[in-house]
Amino acid sequence: MQLKHKAIAGTLESSDAQIILAPNDGGLHIDLTSSVYEQYGTQIKQLLQQVCRQLNIENANIRVVDKGALDCTLKARLETAYFRAIDQKVDINWEALS
Amino acid sequence: MTPERLRRTMIFLNTQRAALVKDAFVYQPDCVIFDLEDAVAQREKDAARIQMYHTLKDLDYQGIERWVRINALDSDLFQEDIRAAVAGGAEGIRLPKTETAEDVQMVADLVAQAEVAFNRPVGTTMVMAALESPLAILNAYEIATSSPRLMGIALSAGDYTRTMHAKRTVKGLELFGARSQLLLAARAAGVMAFDTVYTDTDNPQGFIDEVKMIRDLGFDGKSCISPKQIGITHDIFTPDPKEVLHAQHVIQAVQANEAKGVGVLTVDGKMVDIAWVEGAKRTLKLAKAAGSYRGELV
Repeated sequence: MQLKHKAIAGTLESSDAQIILAPNDGGLHIDLTSSVYEQYGTQIKQLLQQVCRQLNIENANIRVVDKGALDCTLKARLETAYFRAIDQKVDINWEALS
Repeated sequence: MTPERLRRTMIFLNTQRAALVKDAFVYQPDCVIFDLEDAVAQREKDAARIQMYHTLKDLDYQGIERWVRINALDSDLFQEDIRAAVAGGAEGIRLPKTETAEDVQMVADLVAQAEVAFNRPVGTTMVMAALESPLAILNAYEIATSSPRLMGIALSAGDYTRTMHAKRTVKGLELFGARSQLLLAARAAGVMAFDTVYTDTDNPQGFIDEVKMIRDLGFDGKSCISPKQIGITHDIFTPDPKEVLHAQHVIQAVQANEAKGVGVLTVDGKMVDIAWVEGAKRTLKLAKAAGSYRGELV
């Protein structure tokens, strides 16, 4: 589903990540800042790309400030931003989120 | 259902905060409660729910029972909370502000629908009802017998005290009626009973005194808000070696004398009869579940 507007999720607390998701017309762009970029930057980007594929996000600017979040939190924050960006609050297909 | 399972501690975790749910299993509570209700800001309800789902799916809680406190039935949030919790594989749903048996039955129906929708074995997700008002306490037995999914009932003192126009006291006299009524209902219904949280985290002695009191009253466990409360509660709920030894003596002596036609006898200086055996077995089961008894009497 097309993103309707910009949305933000998460915080800058330790073990969390803040994600800003905004629609664009020219593909997927991920801008990652992470306290563990040296060790896990590539893995985090791959994880975010995987979530985007699952949610069919093809055109978006994604700005991520990671404060050492686990994978489950990174996924949750991106999905939260996505559902906020498409204004969906209920009837989420939970099994499709993995 | 698993009535023999230890549920001495159930620690609330604010699911809005990633740092609190990522590794709470290290504190080794018997149960965790991923809270979607009071601890979560209104604007972050969606974020907490999705974090809860992925925590259930992705993190190994090492056998610790995982419960989800959903939002209350007067919100527009609880239906999706139930779907997410069941889809994630939570062992149970804690329903806040339960007032009637119908409240539990409505939640049980939604849980069943979610189990079907997300391919989970139907009937396996438990429900626990939190009683937080005078009406709830008056309806405690009906609530406790409302559904085969109902594992237990829990007192929640914050709203109860407010609606009773009572003041919170150190000794908890204002909760005496509610605790007693809740326990009577739970025992009559054959479900577990859990006490409210102790909020004064700077008063460890007050906490110890309260846990000893609710153990003596007959509660199965206590809701907790701090990791510091877990070990203390487990220690208090675990029978000491003297109690374990006496329980063994009671069971062995009653069994040995039954065949001889002796009904009343003296064990360790105390008069006992057949009525003591059940309590002794409960002591040994508790000790066995806690790992401090390895015998075969239970």
